Amino acid sequence: MINKAKRILVASSLAASLMASTAWAETELRMMWYNDGNEGEVMQTILDRFEAANPDISVVLDVVPYKAIIESLPIQLAGGTGPDLARVTDLGGLNKFYLDLAPYVADKAYWEASFGPFLDWLAPDSDQISGFMTQLTVTGPYVNKTLFEQAEVAMPGEGATWDDWAAAVKIVAEKLDIPIPMAWDRSGHRVAGPAIAMGAKMFDADGKPALVDDGLKEMAQRLYDWHQDGTMSKELWGSVSGSTYLGANEDFANAQVVMYMSGSWQIPQFADKIGDAFDWWAVPAPCGAAACTGMPGGAALVALKDTKHPEEVAKLMDYLAQEDNLAEFYGKTLFIPGHLKLATGGIDFATDDPRAKHALEVFSGAVPTISPVAFDLQGYKNNRILFNALISRLNEAIVGELTLDQAYERMEDDVAKQIAEKERK
Amino acid sequence: MAGNTDKPAGFSARLAAIASWPVAQVFRLLEYPLAVIQRRVGIKRMPWIFLLPNLAFFGIFVVTPLFINFAFSFTGGTELFLGNRVYTGTEQYGFLLECETFGDPITCREDRFWKGLYNTATFIFFQVTFLVLFSLITALILNREIRGRGFFRAVFFFPVLLSPVVVALIWKWVLLRDGLLNAFLVSIGLDKVLFFVSPEWSMFWAVFVSIWAHMGFYTLILLAGLQAIQPDLYEAAEMDGTSKERVFWRITLPLLWPNLLVVVVLALIKGVQIFDEVFVLTGGGPGTATQFIVQYIYNTGFTEQVQNFGLASAASVILGVILFVLTMIQLAATRVRDNG
Repeated sequence: MINKAKRILVASSLAASLMASTAWAETELRMMWYNDGNEGEVMQTILDRFEAANPDISVVLDVVPYKAIIESLPIQLAGGTGPDLARVTDLGGLNKFYLDLAPYVADKAYWEASFGPFLDWLAPDSDQISGFMTQLTVTGPYVNKTLFEQAEVAMPGEGATWDDWAAAVKIVAEKLDIPIPMAWDRSGHRVAGPAIAMGAKMFDADGKPALVDDGLKEMAQRLYDWHQDGTMSKELWGSVSGSTYLGANEDFANAQVVMYMSGSWQIPQFADKIGDAFDWWAVPAPCGAAACTGMPGGAALVALKDTKHPEEVAKLMDYLAQEDNLAEFYGKTLFIPGHLKLATGGIDFATDDPRAKHALEVFSGAVPTISPVAFDLQGYKNNRILFNALISRLNEAIVGELTLDQAYERMEDDVAKQIAEKERK
Repeated sequence: MAGNTDKPAGFSARLAAIASWPVAQVFRLLEYPLAVIQRRVGIKRMPWIFLLPNLAFFGIFVVTPLFINFAFSFTGGTELFLGNRVYTGTEQYGFLLECETFGDPITCREDRFWKGLYNTATFIFFQVTFLVLFSLITALILNREIRGRGFFRAVFFFPVLLSPVVVALIWKWVLLRDGLLNAFLVSIGLDKVLFFVSPEWSMFWAVFVSIWAHMGFYTLILLAGLQAIQPDLYEAAEMDGTSKERVFWRITLPLLWPNLLVVVVLALIKGVQIFDEVFVLTGGGPGTATQFIVQYIYNTGFTEQVQNFGLASAASVILGVILFVLTMIQLAATRVRDNG
């Protein structure tokens, strides 16, 4: 009996020490991630395959709220305690914390050929390779087509202006007693596209940021007027302060909004939440005097300097960036591909929903029409400073705390102050 | 009979011995090291040894960050570590205090800091006034011999136990466009009110929800004060035929005054620190109508692309000075109360 017990003890100790030695040999990588839809699940299945093929590397997907990516991650990175990889949207703003994967990746030419222009968004001042786009986004509006049909109002067609849409949605809302004719995400990024359509240049001749000009004023005045005449509800933009993001996706999904200015990342959510309850329809970016454009954008998976395992990180990034893995990722998540070959070759999106398919076509088709100004702004590393100044000050004008002229003055002042603080040496 | 009573007593003693055994073991373990320490430092210094864990905790998590924050307020740039930051002297304080007209925030360089200060002042004026008033009324009622007194005391205290975020979310669901209150208004034939779009309504609800959440705590303090008043005084007044109003003004209020003072100062300090409830409830909006000073500090330090730790720290120091003054008043008030 005692001998048996001894044997069990020895065997257990041996097994435990073997397991421990395996654990010590394993490199653990941590990936900070946020979800808009099902992308976390899809990424996890790809990571499982990677781990099976590379038993010496384990990857922990830390799913956090988007707010943590915006607010906590920069502090973690500045403190040197960040993860090995992260999914970020402040593409150029966090650039100084990115790891240059160029010395580690297997095929540098593949990365440059597949992600060329987006690598510049991640590294505006250098040639480094830091990651790839998990999704390319394009801002643009959705309309509740069913409401247009019920109200017997014709939807403005190709080339329609923002004024045409504002007038049409107001008629629909009045006829059907819909509380919010038009809603925009409370985000400077969302306002930037239409402002550029009106002629905003965003930069001066020297390439320095110049937020306020006649084009921006044209759009800001419209947004101000729409909030005063009820085309837009003050409830969304007016009900919080500063640069706080608020979306109207819930209201749109509940058929409380006729037209919703947001972007391509809402497609999976609408396909899931709205389904065929009504016809949610993506429409091309309405026009202004200068262009018919939205803003490009997106999220990227980047490797971070804090990592102690750059080679393993590069191995993982090489694997995730493979064409077939990305095709699977974009296809299952219904994200517009940020891989040039996949973008031109087309993706087999995993949906039978005609509304989702139509929306994907509209947003993918909008990419070539995006204004160069919008691309420049997206690639500008301090763009969030401009976006935040725009939305917070415009909002203060809309609720009556500032006049529009005071708001413009404050926008310029905010941008100048923050850039000066950032560049203070 | 005697045998019956002996049994449970023996059982209780055994149960107590079993329950106290782990405690006794812990003390036995501590005895030796403490004896060694006592031999080394002497019995007079032993209180410091017992205070040491708390002092260390307080020093690491309160005093050290306080000094670091103070040092940050004299720096600029976006670096996180103090050693890498640019020394700016009093520049950040200069930015905060640069105003053409102090009464008009829009003329100030950091207009949102001043709006935050004015909003906080407005908030605490209304919140403290009504909080103290309602707490006093509630304490007076709960001090009477009413039916279900214990139940009502628990009911009034219950919101204090809730997390501020939970409180704010509950009220947000009540007050939203499709919330309970608007459903009620519609059911009685009135129009919906968009409470969070109006600056006045937003401030009203920020004050209301804060009073609702914290009133129980202050009621309890006042109730304790009321119960400490000698009943003989009321009996004597009743025998003299003194009116109830006169009893309140001449006996209750003067004797409750030290407690009231503590309640006022505590409420003031908590009011200046207001953040979480209102942040979840109104987000500081509409515009900046309910953006208070702590939210300004949070936004400046954390939510902008350029996390301006220097400016946020300078604003924190100014807030700290305000809180220090209020705390001194509270200490003085406590002394008044203790001295009767």
